[in-house]
Amino acid sequence: MSLIEIKSLFKTYESGEEKVCALVDVGLRIRRGEFISVMGPSGSGKSTLLTILGGLNHPTAGEVVVDDISIYQLPLERLADFRREYLGFIFQSFQLIPYLTVIENVMLPLSITERSNREQARMAGEILERTGLKGKERRLPDQLSGGEQERVAIARALVNAPPILLADEPTGNLDTRTGKEIMELFKSLNAEGQTIIMVTHNPENAVFSSRTISLRDGRVDGN
Amino acid sequence: MKLKDISINNLRRRKGKVFFLILGLTIGITTVISLVSISRLMNEDIANKLDEFGANILILPRSDDLSLSYGGMSIGGVSLDARTLSDSDVPKIREIEVLENINSVSPKFVGVVEIEGKKIPLMGVQFQEEGRLKKWWKIHGALPKNKDEALLGNEVAVRLFKSANDHLTINGRKVRISGILEETGSQDDFLIYADLSFVQEALNKPKAVSLIEVSAYCNTCPIEEIVDQISKKLPHAKVTAIKQTLQTKMEALDHFKKFSIGISVIVLLIGALIVFTNMMASVNERKREIGIFRAIGFRKSHIMRIIFLEALIVGLIAGVTGYLLGLGISHFIGPMVLGMKSVRWVIDPSLAIGAIFLSTLIGVLSSVYPALHASKMDPTEALRAL
Repeated sequence: MSLIEIKSLFKTYESGEEKVCALVDVGLRIRRGEFISVMGPSGSGKSTLLTILGGLNHPTAGEVVVDDISIYQLPLERLADFRREYLGFIFQSFQLIPYLTVIENVMLPLSITERSNREQARMAGEILERTGLKGKERRLPDQLSGGEQERVAIARALVNAPPILLADEPTGNLDTRTGKEIMELFKSLNAEGQTIIMVTHNPENAVFSSRTISLRDGRVDGN
Repeated sequence: MKLKDISINNLRRRKGKVFFLILGLTIGITTVISLVSISRLMNEDIANKLDEFGANILILPRSDDLSLSYGGMSIGGVSLDARTLSDSDVPKIREIEVLENINSVSPKFVGVVEIEGKKIPLMGVQFQEEGRLKKWWKIHGALPKNKDEALLGNEVAVRLFKSANDHLTINGRKVRISGILEETGSQDDFLIYADLSFVQEALNKPKAVSLIEVSAYCNTCPIEEIVDQISKKLPHAKVTAIKQTLQTKMEALDHFKKFSIGISVIVLLIGALIVFTNMMASVNERKREIGIFRAIGFRKSHIMRIIFLEALIVGLIAGVTGYLLGLGISHFIGPMVLGMKSVRWVIDPSLAIGAIFLSTLIGVLSSVYPALHASKMDPTEALRAL
């Protein structure tokens, strides 16, 4: 059984008179434990697909079913709860909260749960160790290198053990060597069973994934 | 980590802007507290200066045909009226509910005596009460202490060629003159003052009282209320308020209070506006951050709670500092304005709580729209880079 099922998804943006079809009749099935690369030139609709998968962007037509939940039929506040329970986001250019320390950034998804501070710190500590940031918990984001910031972003996305990890150009702001390290981390996470969906335009990253989906003009190009 | 930690950390990061935010609200609260405290001081000041105003309530026997003029000397008739007041009426006045507002009660008995062939009005008073009531009295000599002593008005002394320590004979009773009043320009100059019970005996009217002068002050109620209460205790008496002096002071205070309210409202509105624009700017600045929160799974209500918590913290800080500053300002400026030498520190918990509550209320209310605005931000728009 697939973890994610996308059925005939359409997304049309309207800007004034102009209509842009970002996604046209996209259908996908993603199984638990897959590591998917979504590739395509800019404007191919890959970012739109990721935001729709991320429960942030209502599709014009079609359905997204995750774990038997048709997510866009949920009320908005429930959709927020869904994101918290099912998804870990790794944004392009890290998107850390500048006034929170490393460990506070990682605890962010836990701050709206009932977990005690001690429990939160334990969970954050564990994932920071896993991502190689032990000893840097009290630093602020601007005191870290790009690679370290990326690792904080990964730790934040994984801290509540979400079934799905969504990543948008995770190596976009990193040098080649650091980018490769991050990809190795992704690969080892996937080896432990983490489902990962990664948007990238770098074919070198796609090598690490178990399947590549190519988008062209809003359509899935081969499978 | 809880939501409050996010709010607190954000406030700490934006120290400069938060400082002005708090300052804006603090100025508002400081103004309100200063004005409230100063008008309270004015109120107190009036109460303290009450002695200088003399009596403000006059109690006379209820009589249809009696036209009594205290100043105009046609008092003689009073003692002839059948329905006089009596000694027993005096303690009743002290029984009214607003007891603490009664400053002094001074019963008097007036009659006319013939001394050395001259008709002179004689007034029996309780010198202790009278002295408290007429702070402006200046005496050559001293206030009478014993029953056989008397005090002479300036004019009387001149007419009788008497000075302090001389003796007088009143209806066959010999009295010593303990002092002569300096000229007051009022009816006091034409009277002989003696002890009340002495006069009652000398005129053969034991326990009779012609009139009672009361000096009273009511902080929260108009003087009419005290008059009403005394009237109920003394149904056979006519109680009237002598308003002029106090009324003028009270009116001035009333004007000041209205002016204070006007200023306070304006300053608080400006404070609210500062909070509003600052919060709005902060929310727009944090568009991306709010997008991250939303993507991570924060509900709209979580976003609103973060904003409201910030407003609450700002309001609390502004409330406390505003109260303390206001207290300081009224303490140092109040006496200057009122011409008082110094005032004691008055820490009123209800005023402090009121200031903090008001400040927090303004902070939170001014943040309602910014918080709603923040919660409605589209996370995808906020995360354009995604």
